[in-house]
Amino acid sequence: MRERLSARLSSHSFLALPFALWAALFIVLPLFFVLWTGLTDGAGRFTAEHLSTVLQPEYLRALKLSVELALLSTCICLVLAYPLCLILRERRERQGLLVFLLFLLPLWMNSLLTTMAWQTIMEKHGIINMLLSALGLPGVHLINTPAAIVIGMVYNFLPYMVLPLYVSISRIDESIIEAARDLGANPFQTLRRVLLPLSLPGIVSGSTMVFIPSLTTFVISALLGGNKVLLVGNIIEQEFTAAYDWQLGSALSVVLMVFIILNILLEAFTNSGEQGKKRRP
Amino acid sequence: MEKLKNTYLGAIVIFLYAPILVLIAQSFKASRYRGQWTGFTFQWYESLMESEKIMEAFSNTLTIGVTSALLATFLALVTALGLRQMGHRGRMLFRGLANVPLLNADIVTGISLMLLFLGLGLRLGYDTILLAHIVISLPYAMLCILPQVLSMDDVCYEAARDLGAGPVLAFRKVILPELLPAIMAAFLLCFAMSADDFIVTYFTKGLGIETLTTEIYAELKLGVHPEMYALSALFFCGVLVFAALLMLNYKVIHRYRKVGRREAAV
Amino acid sequence: MKKMRFCLALLLFLLPLSLTGCDMFAEKAEEGQDVLYVYSWGDYIDAEMLKKFEEETGIHVVLDEYDTNESMYPRIAEGAEDYDVLCPSDYMVSKLIRNGLLQPLDFEQLPHARQYIGEDFFRQVKTFDREGKYTVPYCWGTVGIIYNTRLVDDPVDSWQILWNEKYRDNILMQDSARDSLMIPLKLMGKSMNTLDESELMAARDMLIEQKPLVQAYGVDDIRDKMISGEAALGVTFSGEAINMIDANEDLAFLLAPKEGTNVWIDGWVIPKSARHPENAHKFIDFMCRPDVAVTNFRHLGYSTPNTAVKAQVAEELGDNAYLAFPPEEVYEGQESYRYLGEKLDKIYTRIWLQVKNSR
Repeated sequence: MRERLSARLSSHSFLALPFALWAALFIVLPLFFVLWTGLTDGAGRFTAEHLSTVLQPEYLRALKLSVELALLSTCICLVLAYPLCLILRERRERQGLLVFLLFLLPLWMNSLLTTMAWQTIMEKHGIINMLLSALGLPGVHLINTPAAIVIGMVYNFLPYMVLPLYVSISRIDESIIEAARDLGANPFQTLRRVLLPLSLPGIVSGSTMVFIPSLTTFVISALLGGNKVLLVGNIIEQEFTAAYDWQLGSALSVVLMVFIILNILLEAFTNSGEQGKKRRP
Repeated sequence: MEKLKNTYLGAIVIFLYAPILVLIAQSFKASRYRGQWTGFTFQWYESLMESEKIMEAFSNTLTIGVTSALLATFLALVTALGLRQMGHRGRMLFRGLANVPLLNADIVTGISLMLLFLGLGLRLGYDTILLAHIVISLPYAMLCILPQVLSMDDVCYEAARDLGAGPVLAFRKVILPELLPAIMAAFLLCFAMSADDFIVTYFTKGLGIETLTTEIYAELKLGVHPEMYALSALFFCGVLVFAALLMLNYKVIHRYRKVGRREAAV
Repeated sequence: MKKMRFCLALLLFLLPLSLTGCDMFAEKAEEGQDVLYVYSWGDYIDAEMLKKFEEETGIHVVLDEYDTNESMYPRIAEGAEDYDVLCPSDYMVSKLIRNGLLQPLDFEQLPHARQYIGEDFFRQVKTFDREGKYTVPYCWGTVGIIYNTRLVDDPVDSWQILWNEKYRDNILMQDSARDSLMIPLKLMGKSMNTLDESELMAARDMLIEQKPLVQAYGVDDIRDKMISGEAALGVTFSGEAINMIDANEDLAFLLAPKEGTNVWIDGWVIPKSARHPENAHKFIDFMCRPDVAVTNFRHLGYSTPNTAVKAQVAEELGDNAYLAFPPEEVYEGQESYRYLGEKLDKIYTRIWLQVKNSR
């Protein structure tokens, strides 16, 4: 009986074949195209020329700034999202769903338009400054600064932090937390010794999902940075459109891929304890 | 403490909804220009229907979103069922592959797909956007469906097969009801990803075709047409209604699911 | 059994492809003779006029739009699409000519262009289209300074005001290497088409020095920000200026700063790869017809080289007539951009990058 069963089961693994083909054609092959374009000259000979252009100071500066801003917005997202998920965890069922929907709905609003709305909110005669001056307070200078870009990133990518974090926090068994408390751990210790380690996979995947798009955006920096703050995404976009230098643009993308590979490794490292499917005895 | 928590939730809700309120306010504002707050009008809602460009971009967004979400969900479901029977290592490899577009920067995904399409000699257009959207939404579909499939119980399916049901019938009667919520979630998430994507679309779109996001980006240089705000306000109201229905039906669905499971078990 | 399974797997894989791949693999379709592919600036033609053209000629117009000359060029150079009519600016016309991407026009088929387009504009065209056989001018204007009279109390007559510390964070520049570098080059009394790298580097340094005063390099529009009073001074094109002044009467426009400025011309050209050159000629000629030109002018507000338009609209323009139809002394002797070659293109890109991420 058991043999027949497992034979029948394993016979289904062919269903994964289409995906294998799909992945080869649309995931792996395109990346080779980028590598190829970035590492060859027009005639198809190998060259590191474009890659070394990337080392010039103006490119490095943009890369450094992008990394800094992306790290900053990732940290802010994490700090905002973690207590949020803890609170959401306590609200079960119906109310939990309501709150959760409330946080998901803005995802359905076009992100270009909401980013533009932030422009209206933050500009010199924008809503924040109108409110401040109505209260008799001095205005703040936000628009076209790195701070405005970070606000835009946090707004756009916060849901990507909340989702995986919420999943991993809500999975933590209540009894573990109670046990910690019973054993005399104060809330801070519970957080540090129990919650944080148990939610680490969520933290890592949430951080990745905020860091990468923040690192590579060109829309947010163009709209909220007034094009005065140049990020690596802006340069790549420029190379592919205005400057019409696809080789250089691809070489910059190759540099970004290094970050992505680092992220995948990090992800794989923290997720190595993948929960296997329940096997019946 | 409870008060503090509610204040926190409230603050984040304000942060998330402030720009949306601004957008809705802008759809009622008489001036065509962004910063000019003069007068109140319904005219943008009236002229919305006549704006062929916006309506066409909207219909492109909808059809590309629905088609790509359907196909991505389907492919994810089939793959997940296949992965279920695979060894641990094979599954890790597949999962890693599936996650690449998720972890990859949109700009790199977009450019790599554009280079691929041009390299294969395809014309950039509606179809290339569609393919690209399947590529980017597939990992989200997998994320929703795979865990459900992996934690699914074999017994019912096997019992159905032993009782003489063919694989298709057994799948339809046993597996599908079990997976339905995950499939729905995958579909919705994929649609949202497709509808909101700008960067990948920007690089894989051909000429003469715009989706809402690329249309907005094109309009940015000359000032976004206020009809666009009207459209997004309407769209947001639609989503709100949908969410409200979902809330109301939550209990019904919940009950239905339980019943469905019991029936399937019988 | 194995084989069947493989076939099934293949089928599942091909399903998404086949659903999407309907016309992707199709050869560029043969639509017959009654179509015209137009590739032009966004919002550059009154939609009514396109309909009218379709009604009168039975030619179906497919309109695609671009937002910068630079984003248009690769599409033509790569030959991804075969457009019949383009509307590039001066220096882009000369780039297209130099790379052999345009075909000469047959002016026999363009009677309205010959009759109504001003002689002096065909002369200006020759600064970038030496033989004058590729281009029919459609719009033109200058690059000048738009300013808010409530916020600016100094006289505005020179580019120098864009370096005035008083207007810190109140200045909007164009996000374009050519338009930005032109300004310091003119301030230094040099040509905007200079090939001298040291002059370009000096211009770059002036822009870097100016950067702290700049509020934004207008990617999203200078139009919105000037109208709402977010900024006091902005660099913009004369046609745009008229639209802004219509929306906010505090604004005023300096057509040509005393150091000189760029006179730009956007013109209709036909690429070599055009598949419907005859229709393209019909379209270009249609655009030069006085009634069509007037409607387009009312829609767009950009100066037109069409001599028949001025008489019809001068009255309704009032004060703005001076901006829409500047007297000859404003543009006489001004330079237009020329294509400077690939090497200079790269230098411009590099310089612009250095300016934008300085400090």
